[in-house]
Amino acid sequence: MNLAARDIRHNLTRLALTAGGIGMLLMLVLGMSGIYEGLVYEASLLVDRVDADLWLVQRETRGPFAEQSSIPANVENRALSVPGVVGARRFVFWTLQRQHAGRSLRSTLQGLAWPQDTGAWLPLVAGRPLGRAHYEMIADVSLGLSIGERIKLGKDFYQVVGLTKGMTSASGDGMVFVSLPDAQAIEFDEPGEAVRLRRNAHAPANLPATVSAVMIKLAPGADARAAINIIQGWPDLTAYTRAQERDFLVHGYVDSARRQLGLFRVVLVVVSLITMALILYTLTLDKTHDIAMLKLIGARDRVIVGLILQQALFLGAVGYGLALLLGDWLFPFFPRLVIVTPADYWLLAGTVLGISVISSLLGIWKALRVSPNAVLS
Amino acid sequence: MNMSENPSKPAVEAVGLTKIYGSGATEIVAMREVSLRLEPGEVIALLGPSGSGKSTLLTALGLINPPTAGRVAIGGVLVLEGDRALTDLAAFRRQHIGFVFQKANLIPFLNAVQNVQIAMEINDAPPRLARRRAMELLGYLGVMDCANRLPDTLSGGQQQRVAVARALANEPGLILADEPTAALDGARGLQVMELFSKVAHECGAGVIVVTHDHRALDVFDRVLQMEDGRVWPAEKMSFPSEYAGPIMTHASSCSFSNVQVFDHPAASPCLALKL
Repeated sequence: MNLAARDIRHNLTRLALTAGGIGMLLMLVLGMSGIYEGLVYEASLLVDRVDADLWLVQRETRGPFAEQSSIPANVENRALSVPGVVGARRFVFWTLQRQHAGRSLRSTLQGLAWPQDTGAWLPLVAGRPLGRAHYEMIADVSLGLSIGERIKLGKDFYQVVGLTKGMTSASGDGMVFVSLPDAQAIEFDEPGEAVRLRRNAHAPANLPATVSAVMIKLAPGADARAAINIIQGWPDLTAYTRAQERDFLVHGYVDSARRQLGLFRVVLVVVSLITMALILYTLTLDKTHDIAMLKLIGARDRVIVGLILQQALFLGAVGYGLALLLGDWLFPFFPRLVIVTPADYWLLAGTVLGISVISSLLGIWKALRVSPNAVLS
Repeated sequence: MNMSENPSKPAVEAVGLTKIYGSGATEIVAMREVSLRLEPGEVIALLGPSGSGKSTLLTALGLINPPTAGRVAIGGVLVLEGDRALTDLAAFRRQHIGFVFQKANLIPFLNAVQNVQIAMEINDAPPRLARRRAMELLGYLGVMDCANRLPDTLSGGQQQRVAVARALANEPGLILADEPTAALDGARGLQVMELFSKVAHECGAGVIVVTHDHRALDVFDRVLQMEDGRVWPAEKMSFPSEYAGPIMTHASSCSFSNVQVFDHPAASPCLALKL
């Protein structure tokens, strides 16, 4: 006879409420892990999608994803002279926040090296790549824009011609793609009054002579190390492979978030553990008399241990199931991308098993100390 | 081994049982040199005021609370010598002793039949056989209709009958009952006492009943008096006439009556209900 199952049925409301609470806590544990995976995915999305073999950035810096990088725009031509290089594109990238249609529109803007790069590599879900050198943009759907909508950036209006899905920056902002000249015009836009003051002072125009980085495409089979060695000989540049640039993102920008989320996850696991231990201990206290009676009629310790341990495992299993269901339902509504991998599910299952066993120890300890004499009290 | 299967040995034999709580100035002697012998099939009442040591004696004989000094043999097997256990007490209790208390102490999350069944399963009986015997015991005690009801839906008398069924589950040679009728009214109290007498005589189990209830002493073979930790034989008191007649049948669908108990086809749970 399974005593635990019958006791669970008898205390169904209390255990169901506890399992619900545990389930929500475990969902958050799963969510923390998913948010980290989402951060890594979003952070590395651009580096992976833009399909550059090498990144040329300002000397002694780690590139635009890690810190400010500014290199001459004509590095693009210099790079093409390196053996093995078959393509070079300028890379301009920064964050914008503008008012549009009565709401704040925060996005990360990237310049495309028109006409070589029209954004055809982007995952378009509507519209088309850039068809003109100016005043067209491709925007991510997360920005809430629609095809044909016109946005004022700087002094000009840009029309949305294409929509991407899942193209966000490392900070989670939806991305906007315009031609490189447009990107630089937006970046170096000056208010009218500033232009008048500069002209009065006979100062030169604030010309867009620099870019954040230059992306290199190597010929198939070309020796990347040899190309890097040549570029490293130039005093103003540093070259990184795609993997290195991705690593800077993941272990630089995302690492602090990973540690924070990891710590938060540990706290949630501890809270779940304490909650489960407390409820199991309370349930054991409630059953002190029954446990004493079971001992009086000769129940072995394993019967008593099994009763409490099985209840702990029940709580853990129901909590885990609820966590999966709730997560599946709620994660799409989270503001940042949440990616839960099969490894996360297994890790959580192992964690739940662990906390179920550990949380039952207090109750088991208490139950084993109950004397059959307690029946008489 | 079942005690009732060995009628030549006493159901329980205690020699020189002494129980001392505390020490020095706080020392309390709860039991002084108590000796008693209970034969199989014998049912005795143990009377005495509160604090006289009745429960201490019962827990010592029940191997729950070992004495400070003295010896306890059950079914001819010496199991306690002072506070030293000569065997696995829990296992011995499981196989050879049945308990009934003032409160039925049924497990609240098990229904009536499961409360009886669990005692047998703990003693390694196969679940199906344990259930069958549990049902038969409930039938024998007149509460079969309550088999699937949880304890909190049963009356006090019904609960106590289920508790008696549980005590009988493993066919113990010794049944210890501590004020089993204290929570029952007179009629139901008498029924329970008669039940013990019947179980003792039909099953050959030795039964000791601690009671304050002087109205039902006629059903016992012997009456012992306990006071200040000592035991001696007491005079039996006559059974009050208002309880001598037939017991009223309870209105509940799973009620019991004398007729149900004693005229049930499974007249002896010990002979007819072997596992």
